[in-house]
Amino acid sequence: MASVPRSFLLLSIIPTILILCADFACCNTGRKTGDGLDTDFSGFSVPLEHSFQVDDVSRFRMRGALQLRGGRETSVSLSQSQLSEEDRNTLKEVAAVDGLYKIRVPRVSLTDRQTERQMDGYLTAFVRACSLVESHLSDVITLHTDVSGYLIGVSIVTIPGACRGTEVEDEVDLEAFNTTLTIIAPTNAPQPETALFIERMDIEHEKRGKPQEQKSFFAKYWYLILGGAIFLMASSSAQPSAGGAEEQQS
Amino acid sequence: MYPPSLVVTFTKKSSVKMAKLTSLFVISLSFFCISEAVFEDQVGKFDWRQQYVGKTLFAHFESNTQSSKKMFVATDKNIFASFNSRTGDLLWRHVDKTGPEGSIDILLLHGQDALMVVGDGRLLRSWDTNIGGLNWEAVLDTGSFQAACFVAIQDTVKLVAVLKKAALSLHYLSNGHQKWVENLPDSDAVQYQAVYSGGEEEVYVLGVVPNSHLTIIAYSLEDGEIIKQRSVEASWLSSVESSCVVVGQGVLMCVDPATLALYTLPIQAEETPEFSQILLQSLDLEVSPGFQPVLVSSQPHPARSPLSEFFLQLGPDHHVLLQLNADGYTIAPLRDFQPAFLVSFATTGKKTVAAVMTPKNETACAINLFSVDSGRRLLDTTVLFPLELNGGKPHALYVHAFLKKDDSVGYRVLVQTQDHALTFIQQPGRVVWTREEALADVVTMEMVDLPLTGTQAELEGEFGKKAAIQDGLFPMVLKRLSSQVTLLQAWLAHLWKLFYEARKPRGQVKNEVTIETLSRDEFNLQKMMVMVTASGKLFGIDSKSGSILWKHYLENVQPNAAFKLIVQRTTAHFPHPPQCTLLIKDKDTGLATLHVFNPIFGRKSHIALPALPRPILQSLLLPVIDQDYAKVLLLVDDQYKVTAFPSTKNVLQQLQEMASSIFFYLIRSDQGNLSGFRLRKDLSTERIWEVVLPTEVQKIVAVKGKRPNEHVHSQGRVMGDRSVLYKYLNPNLLAVVTESTDTHPERAFVGVFLVDGVTGRIIHEAVQRKARGPVHFVHSENWVVYEYWNTKSRRNEFSVLELFEGTELYNSTVFSSLDRPHLPQVLQQTYIFPSPITTMEATLTEKGITSRHLLVGLPSGAILSLPKMFLDPRRPEVVTEHSREENLIPYAPEMPIRTEWFINYNQTVARVKGIYTAPSGLESTCLVVAYGLDIYQTRVYPSKQFDVLKDDYDYVLISSVLFALFFATMISKRLAQVKLLNRAWR
Repeated sequence: MASVPRSFLLLSIIPTILILCADFACCNTGRKTGDGLDTDFSGFSVPLEHSFQVDDVSRFRMRGALQLRGGRETSVSLSQSQLSEEDRNTLKEVAAVDGLYKIRVPRVSLTDRQTERQMDGYLTAFVRACSLVESHLSDVITLHTDVSGYLIGVSIVTIPGACRGTEVEDEVDLEAFNTTLTIIAPTNAPQPETALFIERMDIEHEKRGKPQEQKSFFAKYWYLILGGAIFLMASSSAQPSAGGAEEQQS
Repeated sequence: MYPPSLVVTFTKKSSVKMAKLTSLFVISLSFFCISEAVFEDQVGKFDWRQQYVGKTLFAHFESNTQSSKKMFVATDKNIFASFNSRTGDLLWRHVDKTGPEGSIDILLLHGQDALMVVGDGRLLRSWDTNIGGLNWEAVLDTGSFQAACFVAIQDTVKLVAVLKKAALSLHYLSNGHQKWVENLPDSDAVQYQAVYSGGEEEVYVLGVVPNSHLTIIAYSLEDGEIIKQRSVEASWLSSVESSCVVVGQGVLMCVDPATLALYTLPIQAEETPEFSQILLQSLDLEVSPGFQPVLVSSQPHPARSPLSEFFLQLGPDHHVLLQLNADGYTIAPLRDFQPAFLVSFATTGKKTVAAVMTPKNETACAINLFSVDSGRRLLDTTVLFPLELNGGKPHALYVHAFLKKDDSVGYRVLVQTQDHALTFIQQPGRVVWTREEALADVVTMEMVDLPLTGTQAELEGEFGKKAAIQDGLFPMVLKRLSSQVTLLQAWLAHLWKLFYEARKPRGQVKNEVTIETLSRDEFNLQKMMVMVTASGKLFGIDSKSGSILWKHYLENVQPNAAFKLIVQRTTAHFPHPPQCTLLIKDKDTGLATLHVFNPIFGRKSHIALPALPRPILQSLLLPVIDQDYAKVLLLVDDQYKVTAFPSTKNVLQQLQEMASSIFFYLIRSDQGNLSGFRLRKDLSTERIWEVVLPTEVQKIVAVKGKRPNEHVHSQGRVMGDRSVLYKYLNPNLLAVVTESTDTHPERAFVGVFLVDGVTGRIIHEAVQRKARGPVHFVHSENWVVYEYWNTKSRRNEFSVLELFEGTELYNSTVFSSLDRPHLPQVLQQTYIFPSPITTMEATLTEKGITSRHLLVGLPSGAILSLPKMFLDPRRPEVVTEHSREENLIPYAPEMPIRTEWFINYNQTVARVKGIYTAPSGLESTCLVVAYGLDIYQTRVYPSKQFDVLKDDYDYVLISSVLFALFFATMISKRLAQVKLLNRAWR
């Protein structure tokens, strides 16, 4: 904290992207108290810290503050400062030795504010410093939550992600972060789609089955039966004469 | 050639017409169905099954005649089985429930009836020993089981007495009906531990108040009335079970290790009896320091009182045969056996003998019979029991004694060793059979390629770089010629053998596999199965025949140890021998040891092992190889320090160079913590990412990566519109499965997380609501298939997740977890599966061209080969032109189970625990081993045998057609020439 840049005058708030993750099914899983608190729930802020050192020893310093808003619609925004001259140089040095740029956020719950401070520990992620430099500080930070709104992981990637060894000459490119921030809640895995399948089967059945069911056996094959009967009658009327002829001969 | 039928698994080859008809039926019914089955004449050709029972707890022989063939065992795997004592084959086997519910408390044998108490006194069962059928089963009252014995009325055994913690009950042997049940008096204070009947009108129950007194209660056989109840002062006695036996005419004999004395007490005495003490010193006997002396007695017939002779074990290898004199309180020593590992009584007719096992030399033990009355050794009764070099020590001795024609006593003996092996020995020391019952509990296994034959190896050696440098040009030519000559010789010998064998009837050709003749076959179908069992015994099994080629027992393995088997060097690096490493980890302390061995011969390698003083958290096999072509194994200890094995200079140098690209992960499921580390140049590590799943919500139940030897042939899937959907093939991807801590059916869920093992990035996070474990899953290629229990619909369901990069590849040349900024597209579909499952694995082939099948082990013992095609999240709900083009099966919520998909037809594998798959040299063929209580090995062909000619391929027809065509061309050419000539003349 002591090494927070002196250039606080340059402090600027970078607009962030909000992604809203609705989490419907979660609402009735023991979060009734949280729902009740929604009215006076105005969000809270947690620090986002980063660390980049030539010797790869973690020394985390403040990068910005995450504004988290839990409840029915989870949202997140980030306010962060620019990199100081000193930091820029360090970052370039770290990139030169293929060091890592790490970030961390404390473990918090978005829904249950009572336990928010009790959880200890941090969630950590990293990206290669060179790719951060080469992408001109454009990174994508993703926060992952679990079903009950706890932050479980953080990830950082840069776009583009590759290290091609191109020199970044322009100092201005390394001053401000161009951060895309998202928060992702777990998706619900699908259930077997029985209803749709049965519906489809019914439709197919109707298509095929209807004309057949309406006609009865006799209605369908009357001509065959009739033809058969005529044939039988014809053959039976013809046979006695033939038989009679035989008898006469013997 | 002959398509298999729909329902029956066996199809007679002769019934071609029928098969054709059914095939039409099959094709018309299911257009996409891939059917496969075994022909009747193929049964047992490519597959084998071995059945096991587990560690023997009780063993009995049928009757005391020389010709009897049956023996009965009850085991720790809750199995009651009968062996043919001539061959060691199973006659029948009953597999009960696992766990304490099915545990066998006692097995008693009388005549044709085998009595068994099951599940800590829950059930009393009687079996017919002839056919293994259940005579009757009686449910016993609650209460934990203590003891049971037969009770005779007027010299015939009619009843069985079962002693529970608080009650004694008598049951009729004929039908299991209860004669009477009586509550034991004062059962809270007194621990009743033994029941005794000597053929009189009473049955005695012995109980003890530890370090206070002994209680003897006599019950009337007729109505269960207490006839008498005695209490005897015994402040030295803590347990009747462990320190007392009944000998002679109802005399209780106890041993006290504290005072080093024997105590005798007549049970049936009328007046209040008292223990009389006999100091061991007075008998010139001395107990080994720290050893708890043990008494062994024998009651040959339940209608008569026990023998007055008994054994007293004074040390681990010291036994004495003692005799209780007729007065009931003096003891005469008959014979001192030192050293003697094991002793056992055996009775035949009126004669009772004692069998004693004594060590003879380093490779054998001798077993002798002694007359019980005198303690004299019987002549010509020595049997040698061979001790294997890497086998277990003898643990128990079961003697089958019988009277020979000349009225002398003959015997056979069953020896159980510490490694759970059973060896049956006949006079004069011939091993009749051996059963390796450790194989009933296989923990992990690997399949290793067999080495090349001598000639092949020589050829390999010729082109080795060392040889090329040493020799000049001329010796190289000579060498080449000589190796060609040896090859020719080998080929001729092979031809001769083929010719010789062709004249013999097919059944008689028997290729005896020995460790010397092992060599790789043409298509690498025969491999060495290295199996690690829970008892710590390792086996090398030939995959073709199932014969055990080597075994190695590791002593000092804790019963709860975890094993990991790693193939560090395959057979491909001649002349370096293949090398396997077994990591044995004690679950309590976390301390690990390594056992390095040659997987072909089972011999332990004499390689310097690294010292591992700290608990090991993780082991990982790197693709880095040392100068001897062994892959490097990294072991991470609890201080996150890394030990490399082998740790030569070469390896350490390579590790330093590669350190920044070696990442690994650790998972602490108790804290819900997943963390990633990177190796530093000094072999220390740094933590670079951390993901925490709060344990209050969900707990991690399993984590699986992909198999390192898996190949994916096709990078994408061609869709109906001829565009390509590229697969997301991340080799570092981990599938993490969690279960909710809340078990309420409405709120329970199963979580599936896909995490990149290098960056810790959560690639996908899905929650299956209203679901519960046990979750079985397979993670391979670009998909994860998992199975769970749906708590709402009360059924098993299968879900498949597939990951795609989309229609464009981000970086098509190389995959790096550090450079894949875009998340993949995830497709998922769920199906109903009409059966619970016990294990699941995917087939694996050499190049990954063959389509994949899932091998699903069902509780019924069947192994289902389920085409992955049916588990495809792109199965359309409405059939379109494109989906038809792609051969996608229309979505149906229920997954079919077709009987012809059972790869093990009627060879069920009891209690399947795991399925192991290995590629063979043929792309179409995958080798499968299913293990559990039984071991089953077979081959599967997921896309049928597209690279193999059929067995009934008509060589004669093809060659005759070829020849005919050849001659026809010759003749027609000649004719054409003649015709041309004639025309020219005209």
